[in-house]
Amino acid sequence: MTQVLERLGYQVHFPAAQTCCGQPAFNSGYTEEARKIARHFLDVFRDSETIIVPSGSCTSMISHHFADIFEHDPKLLAEAHALEPRVWEFSRFLLEVAQAEDVGARFDGIVTYHDSCHALRELHIKTGPRKLLAKVQGLTLAEMNAAEECCGFGGTFSIKFPEVSGAMARTKIDSIQKTGASTVVSIDSSCLMQLQGVIDRAGLPIRTLHLAEVLASR
Amino acid sequence: MKAPETEIQQAINDSRLQLAIYTATGRLIDHRAGVVSAEALPDYQELRDKANAIKKHTIENLDYYLEQLESNVIAHGGKVVYCRTGEEAADFVINLARERDLHMLVKSKSMTSEEIHFNERLEKHHLQAIETDLGEYILQLAHQRPYHIVAPALHLTRYDVADVFTKELGVENEVVIEKQTKIARGVLRQRFLEAGMGVSGANFLIADSGAIVVVENEGNARLSTSAPKIHIAIAGIEKVIPRAQDLAVFLNLLGRSATGQPLTVYTSFLSGPRRENEIDGPDEFYLLLLDNGRTKLLADPEKRQSLYCIRCGACLNHCPVYRKIGGHNYPWVYSGPIGAIITPQFHGVNQDTWLPFASSLCGACAEVCPVKIEIPKLLLKLREEVTEVKRRQDSDGMERFAFQLFAWIATHPKIYLLLASLGSIFFPLVPPIGPLKKWASQRTVPEPAKQSFHQYWASRGGRNGGARRDRA
Repeated sequence: MTQVLERLGYQVHFPAAQTCCGQPAFNSGYTEEARKIARHFLDVFRDSETIIVPSGSCTSMISHHFADIFEHDPKLLAEAHALEPRVWEFSRFLLEVAQAEDVGARFDGIVTYHDSCHALRELHIKTGPRKLLAKVQGLTLAEMNAAEECCGFGGTFSIKFPEVSGAMARTKIDSIQKTGASTVVSIDSSCLMQLQGVIDRAGLPIRTLHLAEVLASR
Repeated sequence: MKAPETEIQQAINDSRLQLAIYTATGRLIDHRAGVVSAEALPDYQELRDKANAIKKHTIENLDYYLEQLESNVIAHGGKVVYCRTGEEAADFVINLARERDLHMLVKSKSMTSEEIHFNERLEKHHLQAIETDLGEYILQLAHQRPYHIVAPALHLTRYDVADVFTKELGVENEVVIEKQTKIARGVLRQRFLEAGMGVSGANFLIADSGAIVVVENEGNARLSTSAPKIHIAIAGIEKVIPRAQDLAVFLNLLGRSATGQPLTVYTSFLSGPRRENEIDGPDEFYLLLLDNGRTKLLADPEKRQSLYCIRCGACLNHCPVYRKIGGHNYPWVYSGPIGAIITPQFHGVNQDTWLPFASSLCGACAEVCPVKIEIPKLLLKLREEVTEVKRRQDSDGMERFAFQLFAWIATHPKIYLLLASLGSIFFPLVPPIGPLKKWASQRTVPEPAKQSFHQYWASRGGRNGGARRDRA
């Protein structure tokens, strides 16, 4: 992601004190713990001009759910709201701020795109990543039927209900296989970790890549 | 209660069942998509907003609209009975039947009656309730509860139905669906004529006209509510809507969301018993308004939106978890996402604590909900409540400790970094126990990157490493 941004001429900072947005705790019902982590996030990124996040899910946590967890704390709620307009999911930043549909990437092969749930349904990101992929030289985009179906990860869900989670991934992978694609691209690494884990277990010749990895290829 | 892990595993391993669920829900998904598309229904999103607003207004003024409904039902010659519990509702029917010396009644499909175990309660008093919806009839013969809010026998194939009919009706292995329907119709037609009482649910209760609205496809609800001398409708108090004109919103959404029909085959408006100048209809009409825990939901300003539900089942069809585990692995008659949010509210969050966690929070449910219930948000709220209960009970200590530790590490960047770099060295040596074992049961465990991004960035010259160009 930093390579693509730098290629477009942006100066990238990486605050070394950053850790996590707190979503794993929030989604598991540990709001108090999530609040502590979110507060750390606010501290670290308070002075950042633009915050670019390589994950739809984390972006949604920061720009939507920080407001939920600080609902009863006016000061931190105001801080969270102040942060919202500066938080960008990577693909959206490229298209809406950098206005760079073609980032000069080259990637040979058939690729299918997985809509990660939070990007799709909370951030309404659907066509953006596809537009970016369509401009990559050598890349053929093949849509799968179940593009909008969940991969089954769901954070701690994947550990609390491993059989259900695994079955969901296998349904998704069936759909991926039917496209003939050798690469699955998404904008959320957690979906990709889940899918790659199940793909490897089945010994299938499919690899998962983050959109940024494809866009950084030349 | 813990999650029924064995039964869930069985459902997932049953390839015939998986195919039946996936195909049936897939068909419902496709049909719905066709009739809510921008071409088919340009104002679909506006209708959802309106439906949400009407429900919100009604639920927040429920006392007013219930009283209005009551006086209008009475004005039409009907009677209104408020029932605090399912037992009270069933007892009313049992007593009335006893008074009139009735031993059998016909029923049209009603999830509310399933909710209160109506048939079982009646049976104990030797009062037989015959289900007349085809799916419900099959399940009654098979001694099963509904698998789905709208399509109760969704999990059964025609071959399964043939087995049930062979066993229960003595019909030899009939696998043609049309013929199966004919068989059921033959049995049921007689029941409609014999029954002294018909029981229905209600999809909507119209406050300003005192009419109840029943939507259906088979015509069995029309017969159940008009052939017998007595009609009893059992409905949750949340089914009331203010005005008849509000149906323009709800009828447009219900059929589309449920089965992908712009309108169901029959929409019946029933307002009281037969009048003097009318040729058909029951002599008596009773509306049983059921609480059974609904006022408890009403008391919670944030979660009371759960009462907006019009029971279309779209959230079930689109739920990837429901589509894997099926309807019977949910603890209550309401399955799928809506079941996952209302069951803990009706039964208490300390019961079936696994239920709000049985979701990947993918949000497909909320996306298709015609009344825009924020299901994922409520799941998160319930998770928080469950976690709070466990904190108070001092149970699930390991998980709580893990998250407390995680929060501590994530707020101490130097430790976070140290553990991350140690992790990439030692992780391959960690034995697969606990959460890692559960992960590994389905998936290959990922290898940590040789170099973390922190390390990569530091290697490029620290904090402001990399290019220092301005925007080109």
